[in-house]
Amino acid sequence: MGLLDKQDNPFESSNIVITGADTLLNWARLSSLWMMGFGLACCAIEMMAASASHYDIGRFGVIPRPSPRQSDIMLISGTVTLKMATRTKLLYEQMPDPKYIISMGSCSNCGGPYWEHGYHVLKGVDRVIPVDVYVPGCPPRPEALLEGLIKVQEKVRKQSLGKTTV
Amino acid sequence: MTNTEIYDKLKSAFGPVIGEWHEQTGGEYMKRLSSYADVADTSFIRDVCLYLRDEPGLEFDSLLLLSSVDNGDKTLSVAYHLESKTMRHYIALKVTVPLDNAIVPSVTEVWSHANWQEREAWDMMGIKFLNHPDMRRILLDDDWVGHPLRKDYVYPDYYRGMKVPY
Ligand code: SF4
Repeated sequence: MGLLDKQDNPFESSNIVITGADTLLNWARLSSLWMMGFGLACCAIEMMAASASHYDIGRFGVIPRPSPRQSDIMLISGTVTLKMATRTKLLYEQMPDPKYIISMGSCSNCGGPYWEHGYHVLKGVDRVIPVDVYVPGCPPRPEALLEGLIKVQEKVRKQSLGKTTV
Repeated sequence: MTNTEIYDKLKSAFGPVIGEWHEQTGGEYMKRLSSYADVADTSFIRDVCLYLRDEPGLEFDSLLLLSSVDNGDKTLSVAYHLESKTMRHYIALKVTVPLDNAIVPSVTEVWSHANWQEREAWDMMGIKFLNHPDMRRILLDDDWVGHPLRKDYVYPDYYRGMKVPY
Protein backbone atom coordinates (compact mmCIF):
# COMPACT_ATOMS: atom_id res chain seq x y z
CA MET A 1 0.00 0.00 0.00
CA GLY A 2 2.75 2.33 0.93
CA LEU A 3 4.40 1.79 -2.44
CA LEU A 4 1.20 2.45 -4.40
CA ASP A 5 0.55 5.66 -2.53
CA LYS A 6 3.95 7.00 -3.38
CA GLN A 7 4.16 6.01 -7.04
CA ASP A 8 5.31 9.48 -8.09
CA ASN A 9 8.30 9.50 -5.83
CA PRO A 10 8.84 6.13 -4.22
CA PHE A 11 12.20 7.08 -2.68
CA GLU A 12 10.68 9.93 -0.72
CA SER A 13 10.46 8.22 2.69
CA SER A 14 12.33 4.92 2.33
CA ASN A 15 9.40 2.74 1.27
CA ILE A 16 11.44 0.40 -0.87
CA VAL A 17 13.02 -2.76 0.44
CA ILE A 18 15.83 -4.23 -1.60
CA THR A 19 16.62 -7.91 -1.25
CA GLY A 20 18.01 -10.84 -3.21
CA ALA A 21 15.72 -13.07 -5.21
CA ASP A 22 16.99 -16.09 -3.26
CA THR A 23 16.28 -14.52 0.09
CA LEU A 24 12.80 -13.44 -0.90
CA LEU A 25 11.86 -16.82 -2.37
CA ASN A 26 13.33 -18.75 0.53
CA TRP A 27 11.62 -16.49 3.05
CA ALA A 28 8.30 -17.06 1.31
CA ARG A 29 8.83 -20.81 1.14
CA LEU A 30 9.98 -21.35 4.67
CA SER A 31 7.18 -19.29 6.16
CA SER A 32 4.43 -21.25 4.44
CA LEU A 33 5.42 -24.88 4.55
CA TRP A 34 2.06 -26.48 3.89
CA MET A 35 1.93 -29.94 5.31
CA MET A 36 0.21 -33.00 3.98
CA GLY A 37 -2.48 -34.16 6.39
CA PHE A 38 -1.25 -37.70 6.75
CA GLY A 39 -0.76 -39.83 9.85
CA LEU A 40 0.39 -43.44 9.99
CA ALA A 41 0.47 -44.69 13.58
CA CYS A 42 0.88 -43.60 17.20
CA CYS A 43 3.31 -40.81 16.21
CA ALA A 44 0.44 -39.15 14.39
CA ILE A 45 -1.11 -38.47 17.81
CA GLU A 46 1.92 -36.37 18.73
CA MET A 47 1.72 -34.66 15.37
CA MET A 48 -1.90 -33.80 16.15
CA ALA A 49 -0.83 -32.52 19.55
CA ALA A 50 1.75 -30.34 17.81
CA SER A 51 -0.98 -29.03 15.50
CA ALA A 52 -3.37 -28.24 18.33
CA SER A 53 -3.49 -24.97 20.20
CA HIS A 54 -0.96 -25.80 22.91
CA TYR A 55 2.01 -26.22 20.56
CA ASP A 56 0.38 -24.52 17.60
CA ILE A 57 2.43 -25.60 14.60
CA GLY A 58 0.46 -22.95 12.68
CA ARG A 59 2.86 -20.33 14.08
CA PHE A 60 5.41 -21.59 11.57
CA GLY A 61 3.04 -21.24 8.64
CA VAL A 62 2.27 -24.95 8.56
CA ILE A 63 -1.26 -25.59 7.36
CA PRO A 64 -2.49 -29.15 6.88
CA ARG A 65 -3.60 -29.75 3.30
CA PRO A 66 -5.83 -32.60 2.19
CA SER A 67 -4.00 -33.14 -1.10
CA PRO A 68 -0.36 -33.93 -1.93
CA ARG A 69 -0.57 -31.53 -4.87
CA GLN A 70 -0.95 -28.57 -2.51
CA SER A 71 1.69 -29.61 0.01
CA ASP A 72 5.33 -28.62 0.44
CA ILE A 73 6.17 -30.89 3.30
CA MET A 74 5.27 -34.45 4.18
CA LEU A 75 5.51 -35.64 7.76
CA ILE A 76 5.98 -39.40 7.87
CA SER A 77 4.46 -39.78 11.31
CA GLY A 78 4.53 -43.43 12.21
CA THR A 79 5.05 -47.00 11.12
CA VAL A 80 5.48 -47.40 7.39
CA THR A 81 4.17 -50.85 6.57
CA LEU A 82 5.15 -52.41 3.27
CA LYS A 83 1.58 -52.00 2.10
CA MET A 84 1.68 -48.31 2.98
CA ALA A 85 5.18 -47.80 1.56
CA THR A 86 3.92 -48.13 -2.01
CA ARG A 87 1.24 -45.53 -1.26
CA THR A 88 3.70 -43.23 0.50
CA LYS A 89 5.94 -43.30 -2.55
CA LEU A 90 3.00 -42.48 -4.80
CA LEU A 91 2.02 -39.53 -2.60
CA TYR A 92 5.60 -38.29 -2.61
CA GLU A 93 5.69 -38.41 -6.39
CA GLN A 94 2.44 -36.43 -6.54
CA MET A 95 3.85 -33.54 -4.49
CA PRO A 96 5.12 -30.55 -6.48
CA ASP A 97 8.75 -29.44 -6.18
CA PRO A 98 10.27 -28.19 -3.94
CA LYS A 99 9.23 -30.83 -1.44
CA TYR A 100 10.60 -31.74 1.96
CA ILE A 101 10.20 -34.85 4.07
CA ILE A 102 10.40 -35.10 7.84
CA SER A 103 10.68 -38.65 9.10
CA MET A 104 9.11 -38.61 12.55
CA GLY A 105 9.79 -41.33 15.10
CA SER A 106 11.89 -44.48 15.27
CA CYS A 107 9.51 -46.46 13.10
CA SER A 108 9.92 -44.36 10.01
CA ASN A 109 13.60 -43.68 10.77
CA CYS A 110 14.67 -47.31 11.02
CA GLY A 111 11.77 -49.66 11.77
CA GLY A 112 11.63 -48.86 15.49
CA PRO A 113 10.25 -51.65 17.70
CA TYR A 114 9.53 -53.71 14.57
CA TRP A 115 13.13 -53.83 13.43
CA GLU A 116 13.55 -57.57 14.01
CA HIS A 117 10.17 -59.31 13.86
CA GLY A 118 8.28 -56.83 11.72
CA TYR A 119 7.80 -58.90 8.60
CA HIS A 120 5.40 -56.24 7.31
CA VAL A 121 7.30 -53.06 8.25
CA LEU A 122 9.64 -51.09 6.03
CA LYS A 123 12.84 -50.58 8.05
CA GLY A 124 13.18 -46.88 7.41
CA VAL A 125 11.14 -44.77 5.04
CA ASP A 126 14.41 -43.60 3.42
CA ARG A 127 14.42 -46.91 1.56
CA VAL A 128 11.68 -45.58 -0.70
CA ILE A 129 11.79 -41.76 -0.53
CA PRO A 130 14.54 -39.24 0.32
CA VAL A 131 14.33 -37.77 3.84
CA ASP A 132 15.46 -34.27 4.82
CA VAL A 133 15.19 -34.38 8.59
CA TYR A 134 14.98 -37.31 10.98
CA VAL A 135 13.27 -36.73 14.32
CA PRO A 136 14.19 -39.47 16.81
CA GLY A 137 11.91 -40.70 19.58
CA CYS A 138 9.10 -43.14 20.19
CA PRO A 139 7.12 -40.98 19.87
CA PRO A 140 9.00 -37.66 19.67
CA ARG A 141 7.45 -34.94 21.78
CA PRO A 142 5.83 -32.04 19.93
CA GLU A 143 8.83 -29.87 20.88
CA ALA A 144 11.10 -32.30 19.04
CA LEU A 145 8.85 -32.19 16.01
CA LEU A 146 8.94 -28.37 16.03
CA GLU A 147 12.74 -28.54 16.26
CA GLY A 148 12.70 -30.78 13.17
CA LEU A 149 10.52 -28.27 11.41
CA ILE A 150 12.93 -25.46 12.26
CA LYS A 151 15.75 -27.58 10.82
CA VAL A 152 13.81 -27.85 7.56
CA GLN A 153 13.33 -24.07 7.60
CA GLU A 154 17.06 -23.60 8.05
CA LYS A 155 17.64 -25.88 5.10
CA VAL A 156 15.21 -23.89 2.96
CA ARG A 157 16.83 -20.63 4.04
CA LYS A 158 20.18 -21.75 2.66
CA GLN A 159 18.82 -22.73 -0.74
CA SER A 160 19.69 -20.87 -3.88
CA LEU A 161 18.18 -20.71 -7.35
CA GLY A 162 21.59 -21.64 -8.66
CA LYS A 163 21.87 -24.85 -6.72
CA THR A 164 18.78 -26.42 -5.25
CA THR A 165 20.07 -28.09 -2.12
CA VAL A 166 22.75 -27.40 0.43
CA MET B 1 -26.25 -71.69 32.77
CA THR B 2 -22.67 -72.49 33.65
CA ASN B 3 -20.51 -73.51 30.75
CA THR B 4 -20.25 -77.15 31.88
CA GLU B 5 -24.06 -77.38 31.82
CA ILE B 6 -24.01 -76.00 28.29
CA TYR B 7 -21.37 -78.56 27.37
CA ASP B 8 -23.51 -81.40 28.72
CA LYS B 9 -26.48 -80.18 26.75
CA LEU B 10 -24.35 -79.97 23.61
CA LYS B 11 -22.96 -83.44 24.22
CA SER B 12 -26.41 -84.97 24.56
CA ALA B 13 -27.57 -83.26 21.36
CA PHE B 14 -24.55 -84.10 19.18
CA GLY B 15 -22.96 -87.14 20.82
CA PRO B 16 -19.53 -88.08 19.46
CA VAL B 17 -19.23 -84.90 17.39
CA ILE B 18 -18.41 -83.07 20.59
CA GLY B 19 -15.06 -83.99 22.06
CA GLU B 20 -13.65 -83.48 25.51
CA TRP B 21 -14.18 -80.61 27.90
CA HIS B 22 -10.94 -78.82 28.81
CA GLU B 23 -11.23 -77.17 32.19
CA GLN B 24 -8.64 -74.47 32.73
CA THR B 25 -7.07 -73.74 36.07
CA GLY B 26 -6.92 -70.31 37.61
CA GLY B 27 -9.40 -67.87 39.00
CA GLU B 28 -13.14 -67.83 38.40
CA TYR B 29 -12.78 -65.40 35.52
CA MET B 30 -10.05 -67.37 33.76
CA LYS B 31 -12.03 -70.59 34.22
CA ARG B 32 -15.07 -69.05 32.68
CA LEU B 33 -13.25 -67.59 29.71
CA SER B 34 -10.62 -70.12 28.79
CA SER B 35 -12.24 -73.50 29.45
CA TYR B 36 -13.33 -74.93 26.13
CA ALA B 37 -15.00 -77.84 24.40
CA ASP B 38 -13.34 -79.67 21.55
CA VAL B 39 -15.44 -80.20 18.47
CA ALA B 40 -14.05 -83.52 17.26
CA ASP B 41 -15.71 -83.53 13.85
CA THR B 42 -14.74 -80.26 12.15
CA SER B 43 -17.39 -80.54 9.44
CA PHE B 44 -20.13 -80.16 12.07
CA ILE B 45 -18.97 -76.81 13.47
CA ARG B 46 -21.56 -74.84 11.53
CA ASP B 47 -24.39 -77.10 12.75
CA VAL B 48 -23.14 -76.93 16.33
CA CYS B 49 -23.06 -73.13 16.13
CA LEU B 50 -26.51 -73.00 14.57
CA TYR B 51 -27.84 -75.17 17.39
CA LEU B 52 -26.20 -72.97 20.01
CA ARG B 53 -27.74 -69.89 18.45
CA ASP B 54 -31.27 -71.18 17.92
CA GLU B 55 -31.91 -73.60 20.79
CA PRO B 56 -34.24 -72.01 23.37
CA GLY B 57 -32.39 -71.58 26.63
CA LEU B 58 -28.97 -71.32 24.93
CA GLU B 59 -29.50 -68.42 22.51
CA PHE B 60 -25.88 -67.57 21.77
CA ASP B 61 -26.42 -64.36 19.83
CA SER B 62 -22.84 -63.18 19.70
CA LEU B 63 -19.50 -64.46 18.50
CA LEU B 64 -17.12 -62.55 20.76
CA LEU B 65 -13.96 -63.71 19.10
CA LEU B 66 -12.79 -66.09 16.44
CA SER B 67 -9.09 -66.70 16.68
CA SER B 68 -6.58 -69.14 15.29
CA VAL B 69 -3.65 -70.97 16.83
CA ASP B 70 -0.64 -72.76 15.39
CA ASN B 71 -0.13 -75.63 17.80
CA GLY B 72 3.38 -76.32 16.59
CA ASP B 73 2.69 -80.02 15.91
CA LYS B 74 1.55 -79.64 12.30
CA THR B 75 -1.98 -78.74 13.37
CA LEU B 76 -3.89 -75.49 13.43
CA SER B 77 -6.82 -74.67 15.68
CA VAL B 78 -9.69 -72.26 15.44
CA ALA B 79 -11.21 -71.07 18.72
CA TYR B 80 -14.73 -69.68 18.95
CA HIS B 81 -15.69 -67.61 21.97
CA LEU B 82 -19.44 -67.32 22.17
CA GLU B 83 -21.63 -65.26 24.43
CA SER B 84 -25.35 -64.92 24.91
CA LYS B 85 -26.23 -61.34 25.72
CA THR B 86 -29.79 -62.29 26.71
CA MET B 87 -29.01 -65.38 28.82
CA ARG B 88 -25.71 -63.96 30.12
CA HIS B 89 -23.70 -67.12 29.65
CA TYR B 90 -20.59 -68.05 27.80
CA ILE B 91 -18.80 -70.96 26.12
CA ALA B 92 -15.70 -71.54 24.03
CA LEU B 93 -15.30 -74.13 21.28
CA LYS B 94 -12.22 -75.32 19.48
CA VAL B 95 -11.64 -77.23 16.28
CA THR B 96 -8.30 -78.60 15.16
CA VAL B 97 -7.27 -79.27 11.58
CA PRO B 98 -4.05 -80.56 9.97
CA LEU B 99 -1.66 -77.90 8.69
CA ASP B 100 -1.54 -79.18 5.11
CA ASN B 101 -5.32 -79.40 4.77
CA ALA B 102 -6.59 -76.52 6.87
CA ILE B 103 -10.23 -76.21 5.85
CA VAL B 104 -13.00 -75.33 8.30
CA PRO B 105 -16.67 -74.64 7.49
CA SER B 106 -17.49 -70.96 7.79
CA VAL B 107 -19.89 -69.69 10.46
CA THR B 108 -20.69 -66.43 8.65
CA GLU B 109 -24.22 -67.72 8.00
CA VAL B 110 -24.70 -68.09 11.74
CA TRP B 111 -23.14 -64.81 12.88
CA SER B 112 -22.39 -62.39 10.07
CA HIS B 113 -19.69 -60.68 12.15
CA ALA B 114 -17.58 -63.80 11.71
CA ASN B 115 -16.84 -62.54 8.20
CA TRP B 116 -13.82 -60.34 8.92
CA GLN B 117 -12.51 -62.52 11.72
CA GLU B 118 -12.40 -65.51 9.40
CA ARG B 119 -10.66 -63.41 6.79
CA GLU B 120 -8.07 -62.47 9.39
CA ALA B 121 -7.56 -66.12 10.30
CA TRP B 122 -7.05 -66.85 6.61
CA ASP B 123 -4.64 -63.96 6.19
CA MET B 124 -2.50 -64.65 9.24
CA MET B 125 -2.75 -68.42 9.64
CA GLY B 126 -3.86 -69.74 6.26
CA ILE B 127 -7.03 -71.47 7.39
CA LYS B 128 -9.53 -71.70 4.56
CA PHE B 129 -13.19 -71.27 5.48
CA LEU B 130 -15.64 -73.21 3.35
CA ASN B 131 -18.63 -71.26 2.00
CA HIS B 132 -17.24 -67.95 3.18
CA PRO B 133 -18.75 -65.21 0.97
CA ASP B 134 -15.50 -63.25 0.49
CA MET B 135 -12.37 -65.26 1.26
CA ARG B 136 -9.68 -62.63 0.64
CA ARG B 137 -6.78 -61.38 2.73
CA ILE B 138 -7.88 -58.63 5.09
CA LEU B 139 -4.67 -56.94 6.30
CA LEU B 140 -1.83 -57.83 3.98
CA ASP B 141 -1.75 -57.05 0.28
CA ASP B 142 -3.29 -59.56 -2.10
CA ASP B 143 0.09 -60.46 -3.62
CA TRP B 144 1.65 -61.39 -0.26
CA VAL B 145 3.21 -64.85 -0.12
CA GLY B 146 2.62 -67.05 2.93
CA HIS B 147 0.79 -66.66 6.20
CA PRO B 148 2.94 -64.79 8.72
CA LEU B 149 1.71 -66.12 12.05
CA ARG B 150 2.45 -69.75 11.17
CA LYS B 151 5.44 -71.12 13.02
CA ASP B 152 7.08 -72.31 9.80
CA TYR B 153 6.75 -68.90 8.13
CA VAL B 154 9.89 -67.70 6.38
CA TYR B 155 10.35 -63.92 6.37
CA PRO B 156 10.57 -62.49 2.86
CA ASP B 157 13.79 -60.81 1.72
CA TYR B 158 12.12 -58.51 -0.75
CA TYR B 159 8.58 -57.33 -1.26
CA ARG B 160 7.84 -55.42 -4.49
CA GLY B 161 11.50 -54.47 -4.73
CA MET B 162 11.70 -53.19 -1.15
CA LYS B 163 14.18 -54.87 1.15
CA VAL B 164 12.41 -56.31 4.19
CA PRO B 165 15.11 -57.38 6.73
CA TYR B 166 16.74 -54.69 8.87
S1 SF4 C 1 8.05 -44.59 16.68
FE1 SF4 C 1 6.94 -45.39 18.46
S2 SF4 C 1 5.26 -43.91 18.75
FE2 SF4 C 1 6.04 -43.62 16.67
S3 SF4 C 1 4.79 -44.90 15.34
FE3 SF4 C 1 6.58 -46.11 15.95
S4 SF4 C 1 5.92 -47.25 17.74
FE4 SF4 C 1 4.47 -45.57 17.45
